[in-house]
Amino acid sequence: MIRIENVSVTYGSGASLVRAARDVSLHIPPGEALGLVGESGSGKSTVMRAVAGLIPHAEGRIFINGQEMPNTRPRATRKIAQMVFQDPYGSLHPSQTVDQTLAAPIAIHNLDRAEHRIITALTEVGLGREHRFRYPHQLSGGQRQRVAIARALILEPKVLLLDEPTSALDVSVQAEILNLLTRLRRDHGLTMLMVSHDLAVIAHICDRIGVMSRGELLEMTTATDLAEGRVTHPYSQQLLRANRGFDPSGVEIDA
Amino acid sequence: MTETLLTVRNLRVVYPGDDGDFRAVRNVSFTLGRERLGIVGESGSGKSTTGRAIMGLIARPGRVEADELRLGDTNLSDLNEAGFRRLRGKRIAMVLQDPKFSLDPVMSVGKQIAETHRHHFRSSKAEARHAALEMLHSVHIRDPERVYDQYPHQVSGGMGQRIMIAMMLIAGPDILIADEPTSALDVSVQQQVLAIMDEMVRSRGMGLILISHNLHLVSSFCDRILVMYAGQIVEVCEAGKLHEAQHPYTRGLLAALPELGHRRDELPQLQRDPSWMIDLPAAVGASA
Repeated sequence: MIRIENVSVTYGSGASLVRAARDVSLHIPPGEALGLVGESGSGKSTVMRAVAGLIPHAEGRIFINGQEMPNTRPRATRKIAQMVFQDPYGSLHPSQTVDQTLAAPIAIHNLDRAEHRIITALTEVGLGREHRFRYPHQLSGGQRQRVAIARALILEPKVLLLDEPTSALDVSVQAEILNLLTRLRRDHGLTMLMVSHDLAVIAHICDRIGVMSRGELLEMTTATDLAEGRVTHPYSQQLLRANRGFDPSGVEIDA
Repeated sequence: MTETLLTVRNLRVVYPGDDGDFRAVRNVSFTLGRERLGIVGESGSGKSTTGRAIMGLIARPGRVEADELRLGDTNLSDLNEAGFRRLRGKRIAMVLQDPKFSLDPVMSVGKQIAETHRHHFRSSKAEARHAALEMLHSVHIRDPERVYDQYPHQVSGGMGQRIMIAMMLIAGPDILIADEPTSALDVSVQQQVLAIMDEMVRSRGMGLILISHNLHLVSSFCDRILVMYAGQIVEVCEAGKLHEAQHPYTRGLLAALPELGHRRDELPQLQRDPSWMIDLPAAVGASA
């Protein structure tokens, strides 16, 4: 469903050229969920944004659903892959109601039966009709993230791109959103690409997990291998240790 | 636990509202010795408000009431703003989540640290500079002279948090309150900052209150944990025994966490029981 071949993303030029992603290749078959982990600046979000078409890629090729994605995306291709962002406080327009937020993609893509689609999408994410005409500030963090997911689903995409979808949420709300994502993936056969710094969250949703650092995809592992500590790269091992809580052994504290 | 540094008995923080008072913190009682105490809970549980109330940082119209709020021999309830200003930094200090917002963007970091020293010890510029450089060294910054002249935007998040710790500890407080000190940092940097905080608190024999939503982090770092829900402490447990927690809220939170190596199709969602909101009995007599 998604194939990335030797993709590089660069910012700036000449001496100030930054290679945010270097020569990244990966393949996600239909219905699979793949996770990318790494620290800030590792390039994981860059890869996701390149797939989403939010930033151009300098080299390599990106295929979604067998179709090559040019840097300037035709409108129709945007329907295939939709994105959910980290911060539901920032990703929803503060002065637009849930109804307006959900109606926008329908209008942009000239789809019919707007009313029906909006109600279906709201039901799908577990929101009721009473939420339809509320503003974001009248919703909790979890409800806002549900609206963001509904907005992504309303175009009936085949691919869902998830950029830290639960890291701004409380543990109990995170569980609700993760359960929702699991159910949506099962019911709609969605292909997912997810970015997170939380290994447990990634391993909960994803089958395969790529570890990124400094723009490079260091290794590809599975949720099972990760859980059993079978990661080869020292950086992956460090990430794994840090996710288990505070462990001062082997921490280099001089800086 | 030996000597008691801080006693909190029936602390209440109230914000008046149109539909009556909102009780953000309800009868919170605990004591802190030379130990590392964790406060966990979700947003709105009152954990940060508790920390801010101890620091005298609750702004009007918010009200702080307590049967006892005592730092060593000082009764915090009697203090006015000037009194708190003498206390903050000198006897009790606070590290917040994001150093980008806690540091003054237009003053070099070294000067900011030295300023604290000058304020509390009436020291000369040279003395303060010397003390600040020593503090930067003690938080394991290899080249204190270079970092001293840098501005906040020139340092990384982890470095910024080291600088915050240096600034907070330069006047030698007894207690450090750290409110989500590593939540804005990458996991490997989190470990460094926690290791430094741990070392500083131990070597100086301080008491530490670590406020965090991260259950794993708190249970692996602290000695003792207070679990807060809707403004009350619903459970106190030894950090290493968090998995043996009894309260359904704590158990629900732990169950809702995805776990590496234990993949479940569905995570158990927390079922909030209205009975958790009911006022617990207030602490009586001397500190609990």
